[in-house]
Amino acid sequence: MVFSMAQMLKTYLNKTTNAVPLAVFRIGFGVLMCFSIIRFWYHGWIEKLYIAPNFHFKYYGFEWVKSLGDYNYLLFFFCGIAALFVAFGLKYRLAIIAFFLTFTYIELIDKTTYLNHYYFISVLSFVMIFLPANAKFSVDNLLREKSYNQIPNWTIDSIKLLLGIVYFYAGLAKLNSDWLFKAMPLKIWLPSKYDLPFIGNDLMQQDWFHYAMSWSGMLYDLTIPFLLLYKRTRTFAFVLVVIFHVFTRVLFSIGMFPYIMIIATLIFFDASVHDKIIANIKRVLKPFRKHIKSPITVETYSFSSRNILLPILAVFFIIQLVFPFRYAFYKNELFWTEEGYRLSWRVMLMEKAGLTTFKIANSKTGQYFYVQNSDFLTAFQEKQMSFQPDFILEYAHFLGDHFKAQGHENVQVFADSYVALNGRLSQKYIDPTVDLYKEKESFKPKHWILPFKDDIKGF
Amino acid sequence: MIKKIILSVFTLAILVACSSDDSSSGATSDGFDRQAMLTNWADNIIIPALQDLSGDLAMLTAAKDAFVAAPDQTTLDAVRSSWLEAYKTWQYVEMFDIGKAEELEYWKQMNIYPTNVTNIQNNISSGSGSYNLASPSNNASVGFPAVDYLLYGIASSDIEILNIYTNSSNFESNKTYLSNLIDRMQSLTDLILNDWTSNYRTTFINGTANTATSSVNKIVNDFNFYYEKGLRANKFGIPSGVFSTTPFNDKVEAFYNQDVSKDLALEAFKAVQDFFNGEAYDNSSQGLSFKDYLDYLNTIKNGEDLNLLINNQFDIAETKIQTLNNNFSLQIETDNTKMLETYDEIQKAVVLLKVDMMVAFQVAIDDGYDDNDGD
Repeated sequence: MVFSMAQMLKTYLNKTTNAVPLAVFRIGFGVLMCFSIIRFWYHGWIEKLYIAPNFHFKYYGFEWVKSLGDYNYLLFFFCGIAALFVAFGLKYRLAIIAFFLTFTYIELIDKTTYLNHYYFISVLSFVMIFLPANAKFSVDNLLREKSYNQIPNWTIDSIKLLLGIVYFYAGLAKLNSDWLFKAMPLKIWLPSKYDLPFIGNDLMQQDWFHYAMSWSGMLYDLTIPFLLLYKRTRTFAFVLVVIFHVFTRVLFSIGMFPYIMIIATLIFFDASVHDKIIANIKRVLKPFRKHIKSPITVETYSFSSRNILLPILAVFFIIQLVFPFRYAFYKNELFWTEEGYRLSWRVMLMEKAGLTTFKIANSKTGQYFYVQNSDFLTAFQEKQMSFQPDFILEYAHFLGDHFKAQGHENVQVFADSYVALNGRLSQKYIDPTVDLYKEKESFKPKHWILPFKDDIKGF
Repeated sequence: MIKKIILSVFTLAILVACSSDDSSSGATSDGFDRQAMLTNWADNIIIPALQDLSGDLAMLTAAKDAFVAAPDQTTLDAVRSSWLEAYKTWQYVEMFDIGKAEELEYWKQMNIYPTNVTNIQNNISSGSGSYNLASPSNNASVGFPAVDYLLYGIASSDIEILNIYTNSSNFESNKTYLSNLIDRMQSLTDLILNDWTSNYRTTFINGTANTATSSVNKIVNDFNFYYEKGLRANKFGIPSGVFSTTPFNDKVEAFYNQDVSKDLALEAFKAVQDFFNGEAYDNSSQGLSFKDYLDYLNTIKNGEDLNLLINNQFDIAETKIQTLNNNFSLQIETDNTKMLETYDEIQKAVVLLKVDMMVAFQVAIDDGYDDNDGD
């Protein structure tokens, strides 16, 4: 039995497939990422999010990642160039490593900007480091005068698996009582789209529509990876992908995410579809390629260091599968405490807002004063800080340090915090008697978060 | 097949691009008539308040002209009383930082306090023509607080104050500065009022969409900003030392007058609650406003009665303000605890307004960055 499992695994790992889908994926990914960087730059967000703030919220364990100030532009520039190199398949391995590092570094500068899809990009580019995405239709082929027809099947499958995890886990997260039985938060979000043409006045306001959207969203996320896997349902599934993502793009400001997902899911299609895409690109490039000598075609791409790469990827995917369930170690309501919430494909699940102000007290004299958050945080940072406990704690420490350095003595920091979740009335969020300056960040449950006065059942 | 897909993606993308365009015009009706709400705000609240202020400032200008021509106790008293009238009316205008008022930073030219005495004295001694009252660097040397200083604080008794405008070495410059300040307040106000009546009203009442620049969203943000900053922090929080280790009893509104800081705060509070409830400026009628919008949204959501909760909290805070001394400066000196308790009640409404009401309205605070995936 064990032997045959190993045998099956070996057979699977040796299976090869056409290299074209991965090449198309590489081009789509590179072009979209380069465009994302340009878009970010164009909107002035580099300055606004990474240079202007004088304080940045850090991921636990990544406090050492610092904003580079004006050099952030250089970081973005390199990231964009790396993405372009990826698209061209020019020095691919180096380019994708550079992209992964620069992009991830940018994301680690400030967790205020955390989005699931940025995390997805980091994770995906990490996986792509291990894949021969330049095996075909790349500049590297010309440089090395070699191109490959076939690549190991598992390389494409690993991208499919990652996409499958993203969708399926996002679907699992929707299996909760707020989403399914209260149609929350869509019941708050959709009616506010009253200004959409055609559907704003009518459809968006209907109770049944809020429920229909909640349930179909959940079903879509849970089933789409499987519908994309099977040939018979694939085209139908892709049409669904396009409709779903375009619709979410119309409703919400979610930036590049819909386009990235639409392009990414093309990987599920057969090589024949990708051949046509390549043929189209070639037609466009035709005038420029007259004098280029075609590289020698080698039938199968083979990894020189497969024995190292495969275990790394295997461990990576095991972590990806398990990590989103870490919330089970915390007994309090996940949406309320957000312990184990991030990096778990929980997308669009909550309408959460808060107001948190801080009291700086002198433990000896009892004297105190309140901080005006706008003195230290941007409006965006203040908004995000106000309802996320790890932000609140980190900021409390920043304030404590700041006022201590200013000469204040016996500094204590207390939070006056109110948070509203999924349409419920705001309630007190942080224990106002706990000196947050004494509390340390850790993976342990945060005892100073007041209990949620309601119950949300499900994942 | 793939061509069709690409074509349809492309078409949809264009549709998206068009529909997400910022078109803040066009009436929408989903069961709540936002245009009627905007019209109520414009016609029954904002424009009448501006008209009243313009009238008050005309009286102030006339009184000032008489005073400058013949400074004596009678003309001084007349300027003072029309200053107070206009200052009370101002409390109904300050929150509408929109249109021309926003463009000119109107409120900053009218009511930044504490006023900067050094700067005022420098302006006076350098003489008119050498300073630009519209410049942001002069925001704390103009408007109601600067006039407060010139009418009540420039010397320690009425006789000495009159002396400033009759016998002192630079009495002409003093008169000119006072005169220039009041003329500037009048001309600014008329500029904004005229813009409302001649063209902005139409733009305003058509801005019903849910975008960062639409009238509804801007007014929601203006209202919250004013309640939190103009009312809560400036009138109560900062002077009572909520944001500092010690209180500053010289940072109250109308500090030099010594007698009206409570009156002004109460007017401001009434302005806020009236606006929330859609009460006309002349109190003759009620029209659509936040109260009704919250009630309407609650028919979809079936949550807590925010309208009631907010009005109750307003009432509690107002009752608290009533218990304070007419002169907040004195209140802070003698019993600051009462001032702090009042602040706490005002603050409780901030939570309801900035968290619960904003969630219900789904109006984003304008932070210039709008990418999110909803988490």
